[in-house]
Amino acid sequence: MPVMKIKKFSFTYSGVEHPSLKSITLPIEKNKITALIGPSGCGKSTLLRSMNRIHDLYPGNKYDGKIELLDFETGKYQNILEIKKENEFIELRQKVGMIFQKPTPFPMSIFDNVAYGLKIAGIKNKSELQDRVEAALKGSALWKEVHDRLDKSAMGLSGGQQQRLCIARAVAVKPEVLLFDEPTSALDPISTGAIEELIVELKKDVSIAIVTHNMQQASRISDYTAFMYLGDLIEYDKTENIFLNPKEKQTEDYITGRFG
Amino acid sequence: MEKIFQKLSLSSATLVFVLLIGIFITLYSAAKPAIDEFGLHFIINPDWNKEIVVETPSLRADTVANDAEDDAIADEDDMILDEDDDEMLLDDEDDTVTKTIYGGLVPIVGTLLTTIIALTFALPIAMGIAVFLAEIAPKNISYVVGIAIELLAAIPSIIFGMWGLYYFAPIVADLVGGYQVSLLTAGLVLGVMILPFMAAITRDSMNTTPAVLKESAYALGATKFEVIKDIIFPYSKVGIIGSIILALGRALGETMAVAFLIGSIFVLPKAINDPTISIPVAMANNFGEASGLGESALFYLALILFIISFAVISLAKFYFLKKAK
Repeated sequence: MPVMKIKKFSFTYSGVEHPSLKSITLPIEKNKITALIGPSGCGKSTLLRSMNRIHDLYPGNKYDGKIELLDFETGKYQNILEIKKENEFIELRQKVGMIFQKPTPFPMSIFDNVAYGLKIAGIKNKSELQDRVEAALKGSALWKEVHDRLDKSAMGLSGGQQQRLCIARAVAVKPEVLLFDEPTSALDPISTGAIEELIVELKKDVSIAIVTHNMQQASRISDYTAFMYLGDLIEYDKTENIFLNPKEKQTEDYITGRFG
Repeated sequence: MEKIFQKLSLSSATLVFVLLIGIFITLYSAAKPAIDEFGLHFIINPDWNKEIVVETPSLRADTVANDAEDDAIADEDDMILDEDDDEMLLDDEDDTVTKTIYGGLVPIVGTLLTTIIALTFALPIAMGIAVFLAEIAPKNISYVVGIAIELLAAIPSIIFGMWGLYYFAPIVADLVGGYQVSLLTAGLVLGVMILPFMAAITRDSMNTTPAVLKESAYALGATKFEVIKDIIFPYSKVGIIGSIILALGRALGETMAVAFLIGSIFVLPKAINDPTISIPVAMANNFGEASGLGESALFYLALILFIISFAVISLAKFYFLKKAK
């Protein structure tokens, strides 16, 4: 059962005539990892950023079609493109979290970073905050490294630790979906390995969509892969089929490194 | 070529220190007579240009010298001519002189108070403008308002002074009561003057907040207000403090606008709407006719202003910027 259903979704950036995404239809399966791959400019980040409507921070973009999000309580789908009110946006973004290309620790302590999403969601109880921060840090394999310096600035952590902190921060609010926008492209191989392990670990609790330039990464961690090119979805299938037995010529050319 | 360039840039940098030290030495040597005369008591003495009768002869250096000479002569002539009593009488008359004393308390207090009023008035408004320009306003409006703010910063201070005196001061006096020229009006107009600086610099530093940092806060479900409060303000803290420091520097030294509005009398203000005087205004108004000790006292004031500015700015810089890191 997909947690998100993208249906005939088109997207055009403000001030541009040509659409960046053309009628994309794609499911995001529950408790699975879906990788979006494709050469630069293919629209994979644009698609990812539509899924929590972070694009709407910059006015003037046009879109068409539907992106439906499963409501766990009612079992019904809600079209997130219809959201207009600020409190609905907040609710959406608490359900659909996002991790960015570069680590983005806030200028505050490690504890406050992880607690931030909880605090703005209205959780004030100190022991509950403490418990959830600890759980999130443990879940992000960061607890051992930082438990004795939670009150220190998050800026003092290494790049890999900062990225895991951002994941902990996103996990702490217990989202349904996590969107990863090239989460390891600024990290060294060891940190990358740690983040990959973590993402695989996380799919027990959340459904994951990940944009990556790194095809090995997509083949290592994802269950489903979507190959995009110039705003079109070329092929979507189970990861092993995409990498071992692609149906489309363009997919084959891309994954064998003949273009892109 | 490389060497010449290095030397040129090094000497430009050295020039700053040379100038700074040079100005300090000039001020100090010109203020020396007043410093010797009044000492640190100058800072807490509220009387400026007050004539007092001095009775103790030892206070005047030249009299002391005369006395010593006279005594010596008297000692020699003592046995031959008994004129001692007469001489003592003459001396007494000579030593009872009127003398002018100078104290800097009133302008020092005036300077500090106008600056404090200006800052408390300008800081919240400048932050509001900066937040509006950096985060809330659409791009084209932000652009137009940004230009208006920069133009406001470019208006010569004398125009602010005239506008303040003829239009602003009557309104303030109507609202608050008291005099039209006062600490309050001077402080408020000073606030209007430093406002554009603070707003423009704060906006610039807020604009340096990486978009992705704001996005990740929004992605956690933060509202615009929460992003501004928790992300943008902490991130641009250093720039904001920088803008306050620059504004402080300008407010402490501003002369023309304050001269129009503060009332320029050497009286300690009892209320916020009383007229008084500030250090730069005292110097501008009195330098023309000052001479001797009066002139030196003005230099003493200048030295104090120099030290106040220097202390305030280094304090802000070292204390807050260290904390910000």
